Amino acid sequence: MVATTEAAPAGTARTAAYEDAVTIAVEDLPKLDAPVKMRTRGLKLWYGDKQALTGINLDIPLNRVTAFIGPSGCGKTTLLKCLNRMNDTIDTVRIEGRVGLDGADINDRSVDVVQLRARVGMVFQKPNPFPKSVYDNVAYGPRIHGLAGNRAELDAIVERSLRRAGLWDEVSGRLDGVATGLSGGQQQRLCIARTIAVSPEVILMDEPCSALDPISTARIEELIDELRENYTIVIVTHNLQQAARVSQYTAFFHLGRLIEVDGTAEVFQSPRHAMTEDYITGRFG
Amino acid sequence: MAGAPTSLHMGAAAQRRLRRRYAREFRFKAVSLGALGLMALFLVGFIGGIVAKGWSGFVTTEIRLDVTYSERHVDAGDPAGGGFRPIVVEALRKVIPEATERDDMRALLGLVSNGGFVAVRDAVAEDPSLVGKAVEIWVPAASDIDMLVKGHVDRGLPEDRRRTDDRTIGFVDRLEAAGDIRATFNWDFFTTGDSREPELAGIGGAVLGSFWMLLVTFLVSFPTGVAAAVFLEEFAPRKKWVDVIEVNINNLAAVPSIVFGLLGLAVFLNVMHLPRSAPVVGGLTLALMTLPTIVIATRAALKGVPPSIREAALGLGASPAQVVSHHVLPLALPRLLTGAIVGMAQALGESAPLLMIGMVAFIVDLPSGPMDAATALPVQIYLWADSPERGFVEKTSAAIVVLLAFLVAMNGVAVYLRQRFEIRW
Ligand SMILES: Nc1ncnc2c1ncn2[C@@H]1O[C@H](COP(=O)(O)OP(=O)(O)OP(=O)(O)O)[C@@H](O)[C@H]1O
Ligand SMILES: [Mg+2]
Repeated sequence: MVATTEAAPAGTARTAAYEDAVTIAVEDLPKLDAPVKMRTRGLKLWYGDKQALTGINLDIPLNRVTAFIGPSGCGKTTLLKCLNRMNDTIDTVRIEGRVGLDGADINDRSVDVVQLRARVGMVFQKPNPFPKSVYDNVAYGPRIHGLAGNRAELDAIVERSLRRAGLWDEVSGRLDGVATGLSGGQQQRLCIARTIAVSPEVILMDEPCSALDPISTARIEELIDELRENYTIVIVTHNLQQAARVSQYTAFFHLGRLIEVDGTAEVFQSPRHAMTEDYITGRFG
Repeated sequence: MAGAPTSLHMGAAAQRRLRRRYAREFRFKAVSLGALGLMALFLVGFIGGIVAKGWSGFVTTEIRLDVTYSERHVDAGDPAGGGFRPIVVEALRKVIPEATERDDMRALLGLVSNGGFVAVRDAVAEDPSLVGKAVEIWVPAASDIDMLVKGHVDRGLPEDRRRTDDRTIGFVDRLEAAGDIRATFNWDFFTTGDSREPELAGIGGAVLGSFWMLLVTFLVSFPTGVAAAVFLEEFAPRKKWVDVIEVNINNLAAVPSIVFGLLGLAVFLNVMHLPRSAPVVGGLTLALMTLPTIVIATRAALKGVPPSIREAALGLGASPAQVVSHHVLPLALPRLLTGAIVGMAQALGESAPLLMIGMVAFIVDLPSGPMDAATALPVQIYLWADSPERGFVEKTSAAIVVLLAFLVAMNGVAVYLRQRFEIRW
C-alpha cells in the first residue's frame, strides 16, 4: 500500500502522487525494538465537518522518543492531543477509532480522563506556567493527585522534578518567585518539571523548543534524552535536525495521513516514500 | 536635480500627499481633543455646581442660649416634663430684654428650631441636677433663620414677600452682634434620619437604607451571577439553548430599571408579601437588575483568562471544576470584582424601581436591618428636591454630594483592584 521508493517526477505529477498517498496500514508498521506503550488504530478525527485525521495506525514504543514531523496543518498537534484526550475540551470534535494505552482503550467510558492525563502528561508549544510561584507550579500536579503525604515529601518531589528538568540550580534560590518572571527557556523547563512531577508514563511535547534560543533548545534536547530512560516521549517538531538528534522513531504526516513511520535513521537516510524525501530535503513543506 | 534617482516617495506630488495626510491627522486630533475638553468642562461645571450649592448644606446655624432651669418651669422629680418654651424665651431675653409683647414672644420662639427645644429638654433630662442652675447651650436655629444667616434671604424685598419679617431680622442681627450665632459643621446631618424641618433632616437614614439594600443586592446577585456565568462560560456545551440564554441575558441588561421595579412590586410585595418600604425588597429588586451586569462582567473576565492556563491545568490532570476554582476564577477575580462594583454603583444610584416598591415613604427612624422601613440615597434626593421649603434645596445638593462621594469611592476601589491585582501576560 505504501508508495514506491522511486522519486516521483517533478511538478504536477508529483503533486498528484501526494494527493493519492494513503495513510499507512497496520501491516506496514515497522518492527519496534521495544514494547508498544500506546497505539492508535483507524483513528479518525473531525473538527465539525472538516476531517483532520484520516485513520491513523501508529505504535508508540516504550522508553523511546518518537518524533512527529510534517508540514504545518497536517494534524500533528491534533494526533498528539488524541493521546491524552485534550481534544475532549473542543465541542466540535468527533473521534472514531481506537487509542490504546498499555492495551486499554483510553476513549472507553470506564476510563477516567483525569487519571489518564496524570499518566499521559503534556508540554505545550508556548511555555504556559501558572502565574504563581515556581514552587506552586511544580507542586500543583502532585497536590491535586494527592501524591505527597506531607510538606517534606512535596518539597522532595519539587526538588527532584526541577533537578531532572535541569532547572534546579537556576531557581533553587527563588522558589517563591513568580514563575512568569523566568526567561522563556526557563519557563519551558519549568513546564517540563511540572509535568514530570506528576510521574506520568508518557510525555507528549508539542514543539517544546519553537520559542527558544539554541542554548535553551540544546538543554531541553539533553533533557529529553535523559528522560527517555524512564518515560515514553512523543515530540512534535518542525526542526528536522532536532528530530534526528533526539528521536529513535520518526513519523511523517501529510494532510491528516501518516505517510511514513520508521526508525529515525531509516526515515532520514532512506525514506521509503517520495514525499518524505522531499520534505526532509526541503523540497516542499 | 537631474540624474538623481527618482522615488515615488520624494518630489512635489509626494510632499503634497504628505501634507494632506498631516492636515487630516491634525483635524482628527483636534476634534478628539475638543470632545475631551467639552467633557472635562461639563464635569467640572457639574461637580463644581453641585459642591458649591451643597457645601452650605453641611453647615448649620446655631444659637447660644443662656438657659436657666428655674424650678418655676422644671420640676426636679420630672425634668423632662417641664415647660421649655418659657425657658428659651427667657434665655433669649437676656440678649434682647425689650422683647416683651406677644408678637415679640412669637418671633423669639420662631428663632429656635423644634430640635432646639428638644435639646434644651434633653440636657436637663439627662442631668436633673441642672434644675435651678444656668447653663450655656448651643441649639439649632430654625430653617428660616439658617437661610437668613447664610444670606439666602433677600432683605431688600418688601416685608410681605419674605418668609422672615423685619422684627425677626432685627432679633437675629442683635444675636449676631452679641456673638450668639455661629455656623458649625452639621455632623448630625450624617447620623439622623429624615425630618419635616430642613434644619433637622439628615442623610443617615438614607445612607443606612442604601447600605442594607446594597448588602442584600450583593449577597443575592454576586454569587448567583458569578455561578451562572461560570457555568455558561466554562461548563455549558455550545448548544442552541446556551445561545438563547446568552441573548436573553444581554437583553435583560438593557431592560429599563422601572420594569424591574414593577416586577419587584408584583413578586416580592404582592405574592411574597414582604414588608413594604423595606431594604430587603429594594435589594432583591436591584439584585434582579444587577444580575445581568454581573453575569456579563464575569463572562468577560473569564474570557480574559488565557486558554493556555486552562490547557496547562487540564494537561496535568485537573478536573474541569479544579481548573475553574484553582486557576480561572482567581485570575478573573480582579476584573470580575471590578464589574461587580460597577454594577453595585449602578444599583446605588437607581431610584425608579424603588419608587415602584414604595421605598419613597417619609421615614424618620434609622433602619436597623433590612426588614425595617427605609429610604435610599437617590430616593431621599428625590424627596427633598420635591419639598417646597428653601432649606431643602441645599440639603438636596448636600445629599447629591454624599451620593457622588459614595459612587466615586466605589469606582475608586474598582480601579484600585484592577491596578493592584490584575496579572498581565
Ligand atoms: N480547534 C480547531 N477547530 C477547527 N479546526 C482545527 C482546530 N484545530 C486544528 N484544526 C485544523 O486541523 C488541521 C490540523 O491541525 P493541527 O493543529 O493538528 O496541525 P499541526 O500539524 O499541528 O500544524 P502546525 O505544525 O502548524 O502546528 C488543520 O487544518 C487545522 O486548521
Ligand atoms: Mg501544531
